[in-house]
Amino acid sequence: MTAYLLKRLAIAVATLVLASMVVFAVLEIIPGDPARLMLGMNASAEQVELLRNQMGLNTPLALRYLHWASGLLSLDFGRSYTYSVPVIDLVRERVVVSLPLALIALALSTLIAIPVGLFSAGRRGRAGDTIAMGAAQLGVAVPNFWFALMLIYLFAVWLRLVPSGGFPGWSVGVWPALKALVLPAIALALPQAAILARVTRSALIEVLNEDYIRTARAKGLPYRAVLWRHALRNAMIPVLTILGLQFAFLLAGTIIIENVFYLPGLGRLVFQAITQRDLIVVESVVMLLVAAVIIVNLLVDLSYAIVDPRLRSRQ
Amino acid sequence: MTLRFDLPEENLAGILAKAFRNRSFLAGFVITALVAAVALLSYVWTPDDVTKLVIADKTLGPSPANWFGTDHFGRDILSMIMVGARNSIAVALVAVGIGMGIGVPLGAFAAVRGGLIDEALMRLNDLVFAFPALLSAIMITAIFGPGAINAIIAIGIFNIPVFARVARAGALAIWPREFILAARAAGKGKMLITLEHVLPNIVTLLLVQGTIQFALGILAEAGLSYVGLGTQPPMPSWGRMLFDAQTRMVVAPWMAIFPGMAIVITVLGLNLLGDGIADILDPRSRRQR
Repeated sequence: MTAYLLKRLAIAVATLVLASMVVFAVLEIIPGDPARLMLGMNASAEQVELLRNQMGLNTPLALRYLHWASGLLSLDFGRSYTYSVPVIDLVRERVVVSLPLALIALALSTLIAIPVGLFSAGRRGRAGDTIAMGAAQLGVAVPNFWFALMLIYLFAVWLRLVPSGGFPGWSVGVWPALKALVLPAIALALPQAAILARVTRSALIEVLNEDYIRTARAKGLPYRAVLWRHALRNAMIPVLTILGLQFAFLLAGTIIIENVFYLPGLGRLVFQAITQRDLIVVESVVMLLVAAVIIVNLLVDLSYAIVDPRLRSRQ
Repeated sequence: MTLRFDLPEENLAGILAKAFRNRSFLAGFVITALVAAVALLSYVWTPDDVTKLVIADKTLGPSPANWFGTDHFGRDILSMIMVGARNSIAVALVAVGIGMGIGVPLGAFAAVRGGLIDEALMRLNDLVFAFPALLSAIMITAIFGPGAINAIIAIGIFNIPVFARVARAGALAIWPREFILAARAAGKGKMLITLEHVLPNIVTLLLVQGTIQFALGILAEAGLSYVGLGTQPPMPSWGRMLFDAQTRMVVAPWMAIFPGMAIVITVLGLNLLGDGIADILDPRSRRQR
């Protein structure tokens, strides 16, 4: 157990370090001098040189990487080229939109997918299963940003139930803020739920073919109890794996969905930064999202040990 | 002497007969063929010229003249969807090609060598998996600027670990088999065995994964073009059409509805096709239905 956890932890840390090197290298090979970019075309060579020294651009590559990486650990990402404020301030403002959105969407998709998967697996091959899985097949094919546009058309333009975009901020109250996140969360959650429902169903069906399920039925346990107590628990490993993988897609999806709804989150920040060539912001946000993906996958690995006692007893 | 007796017991005719009884395969095949036909047709004929801008005809609703209406430049949306299909298919296909071309040899190699090299390759996989296609696209566009080629590279890079994993897992399952042992006893090298016996036996796995990644590639290209990082105008692309539609939802909802449906139908067709192939060639999944 401990060996398993330590190995997973070591892999996660190594991946994180490698990823940070990739991101750092990417910024290094970008043509153009950040100092020149900040000072503009009219700056003299001496001014640029001075700023280069101030920014530490003249120190060796390895030192700069270490400096940058140790900065990351203390959440010091450097200063934005265009806004001249610490990147972490920009990130802090935006993360309070993106993180709740991703979490609500994740919760929503799980809450929809697991019951649908249970329902379908229990009625394998019957009409209810066929309809549910047909809907899931369709859901997998729907791009979330198009689904978002359709939701806007239906609920904001036509029925006028919710705002079509924008974010009032948490300061005006939790309810108006949540209301602005409802449509984006649904747009993100439903296509994800479709994938998860399919995985849940096939994992359950796999488990339902096992001998111990037959034994449980044979000893007189009602079908429902077998499905919930024995099958679902054993089917959790593939479901958790997909859930972890989906988190990466969910984060990426958040970036796109924020642009559909004009939400001031990390996604909007990164696209503004791209158009303004504010590369340090791009780099920081990418690094942050990559770290989130790695950490979530580590948590999934750890949760295997909780769900599956066999992993705990090994070694 | 070749020892290729591990392919499915049925002959080709048997597999085809099975394929035509499989509803998922049939529906997927018909839809995918239709989409491909439409894309090919667009090279010789479209209802209207997609480079012709007639501002007087802008945002017209669907009519006998313009089945799916016109966009904000007066271009025929049906024609744009037809030409856009080429772009979607090309980007996704090349991205799958990159993923397979690099991922499969890597995965097969990892399976042969095992040990440290295997471990190192799989950790490299973890690294790429940490960058979803959109994130790598963001980085690539930040350096090289937006465009279809960079979108292909971004989606392709993301496909590499997917195929590496599938190829490795498939190869690892084949290596302990008796016919491999026979081939080794016959004095064949590991390279030759991989080429002649392992790869033919994991082709179906790769095919199924290929259709899945193809479908994901179409979704990813649409997403990238939608946020302006993919295909650039004036080349019509489904994602870009949706971006143009967004601010005109109130006056011209058809600008959003039809390109989106094109994406859904294409992706649905590919997914059904993939499910169908998996069903036909994998007896286990058939039993579960």
